Amino acid sequence: MPRAGRQQTEELTPQSARAESVREIAARQAGERGPLLEILHAVQAAHGYVADEDVAEIADVLNLSVAEVHGTVSFYHDFRRTPPPEHTVQVCRAEACQAVGAADLYTAAQERFAGRDDVEVREVFCFGNCALGPSASVDGRLRGRVTAEHLAAAESGWSP
Amino acid sequence: MTTVWVPQDSSARAVGADEVAAALAQVEGVTVRRNGTRGMLWREPLVEVETERGRVGYAAVTADGIPDLVGAGMLTGADHETSIGVVDDDPWLTGQDRVSLARIGLAEPTDIGAYEAQGGWAGLRRALELDPAEVVEEVLTSGLRGRGGAGFPTGIKWRTVLEADSDQKFVACNLDEGDSGTFADRVLAEADPFTLVEGMTIAAVTVGATDGYIYCRSEYPDAIARLRDAIAVAAEHGYLGDDVAGSGRAFRLQVRVGAGAYICGEETSMLESLEGRRGEVRAKPPIPALHGLWGSPTVVNNMLSFAAIPMILADGGQAYADRGVGRSRGTQIFQLAGNIARGGVYEAPLGITLRELVEDVGGGTRTGRPVRAVQVGGPLGAYLPADRLDVPMGYEELAEAGGMLGHGGVVVFDDTVDMSRMARFAMEFCSVESCGKCTPCRIGSTRGVETIDKITSTPAGAEGRDQLFVLLEDLCATMTTGSLCAMGGLTPVPVRSALTHFPEDFGGSPR
Ligand SMILES: Cc1cc2nc3c(=O)[nH]c(=O)nc-3n(C[C@H](O)[C@H](O)[C@H](O)COP(=O)(O)O)c2cc1C
Ligand code: SF4
Ligand code: FES
Repeated sequence: MPRAGRQQTEELTPQSARAESVREIAARQAGERGPLLEILHAVQAAHGYVADEDVAEIADVLNLSVAEVHGTVSFYHDFRRTPPPEHTVQVCRAEACQAVGAADLYTAAQERFAGRDDVEVREVFCFGNCALGPSASVDGRLRGRVTAEHLAAAESGWSP
Repeated sequence: MTTVWVPQDSSARAVGADEVAAALAQVEGVTVRRNGTRGMLWREPLVEVETERGRVGYAAVTADGIPDLVGAGMLTGADHETSIGVVDDDPWLTGQDRVSLARIGLAEPTDIGAYEAQGGWAGLRRALELDPAEVVEEVLTSGLRGRGGAGFPTGIKWRTVLEADSDQKFVACNLDEGDSGTFADRVLAEADPFTLVEGMTIAAVTVGATDGYIYCRSEYPDAIARLRDAIAVAAEHGYLGDDVAGSGRAFRLQVRVGAGAYICGEETSMLESLEGRRGEVRAKPPIPALHGLWGSPTVVNNMLSFAAIPMILADGGQAYADRGVGRSRGTQIFQLAGNIARGGVYEAPLGITLRELVEDVGGGTRTGRPVRAVQVGGPLGAYLPADRLDVPMGYEELAEAGGMLGHGGVVVFDDTVDMSRMARFAMEFCSVESCGKCTPCRIGSTRGVETIDKITSTPAGAEGRDQLFVLLEDLCATMTTGSLCAMGGLTPVPVRSALTHFPEDFGGSPR
């Protein structure tokens, strides 16, 4: 997607490389209508999560209050406040997947990866793959008709 | 060279279509092209081979199975146990009345030449020849009602925005599709994104909007990418931008991505989110048609509502209105999901019965066990028992049967389902996804989960158990009457339907 050109920002002494990058991302989109969600997505894509100091930078660039930006970040399930783990397993727990065993799959995933710091198991409500459930996504890759064996196969690829 | 089509649809990819495409690309003399899905999702990956007879299909192909298939003569369309013959002649497809889905799966999704050759842009061209009031009249004639759930007449909404006096107007497409068991928006956006672009462009040039937004949920990365590509291609060809199809009218369109919040499918919450805020529901009035994005008059429609528009303009509103039942005109894209043998998207005139969809079209359950419950209309819709499926799929007809059409999702459960768990889940989902603005929804749903837990953990006949049912009913009544939007207001629907039709799952309720 072509984006509007980067806007001139006042030269500030950068607190860190991260702060500067966040300001750049925010400034690039600040001229659009209602840019905050887009900026948060872009910051998360670049840095993995939205840190408290990022919130302050974004608020400053957009001329919003920190509370307003913070309130937005915390409202949405997608935005992380802490660094992401190495691997993410997202299991759909919505009705259509429940009809074909999603509850057991979710439990199996939680049990399989319990105690591992590098794997996060999350619930999701619908990937739009409801005809081919149960659905799960492993490291961002959507899978259909998922079984516990599929999760085991994914895990075997992660071993150091 | 033999041309072979492998769908790029995300459900097809979820069961191995990319691996199949890669394996086929290794085969001597094969050109692989990627189409959208034909909608027969249970057959994915459905590979189609171009032959003199037409496109011959092979169902549920695996990458490992390619050498065998090729050996068996797949590249000349030979018979094989996985072959379904010429795809266009398949009874599951020929039994449909495809209007909005007419083009899915036939070509590469962003092939604008193919789109034009298959009748694309005819609706826009006609809309540009008519007066805006005449376009609105066609939409009114069609009888099209919003496909996002509420069923409000689309023509009236457009007329309101057209007649509103403002320098700035917007068009916004609701592609949040958060309901479980619904994926028609996704399938169509991935397979035929220009239909949405055309529908929104017709809306924009009609009401005088210069800017449009597609609000797509983040769970649909493929749809987002495909739509962005389609927008770029349409702009290159002059269908978007400062001079839409040489009309002198401007329309700029962009995709905005949600962030994992079901409530952002509610239209005012979606507007808040588009403006970059928490997705909290706004009180209505003022209605978005008069006071929408950034305070300007805004057309907000579901993706399927927009997708019906090109045909309505091209063929005339009457052709659309001639289909349907009662006050539910036109076709609906039904989504067959859950425990169903033949899951996918099925477009048929409104009025087809739920039983026809579940049994004849869907082939019953995937597990082969008896159907026990069917949830229609998403997570806020009722659970209907197997003996109540003879209801025609129409807005009023379903309401009379205690259900709702919603976004046209049909989710099937077999006889192993525990309906007290489904009732509990309805409350849990509401507590997780509530926007938090009103107490009955935010707190009531949490109390609902607790109460159902108490019911199921208290033995039948134990003291105080009957009171728990009274309390649950009380909570449902408070949520129904005291909630600002349908999230809290309709969550009691699945809960009550489970209690009414499946009391045995609650260990002998007093009902
Ligand atoms: C809780 C809730 C969730 C909703 N989710 C969606 C959705 O995912 N997609 C959608 O198009 N409409 C959804 N709606 C309906 C919208 O508020 C709105 O009625 C619709 O987008 C208007 O477009 P239409 O007239 O074309 O249907 C939802 C409504 C509620 C109350
Ligand atoms: S009913 Fe629930 S989701 Fe709807 S406005 Fe109230 S708190 Fe928000
Ligand atoms: S309900 Fe699981 S993908 Fe839709």
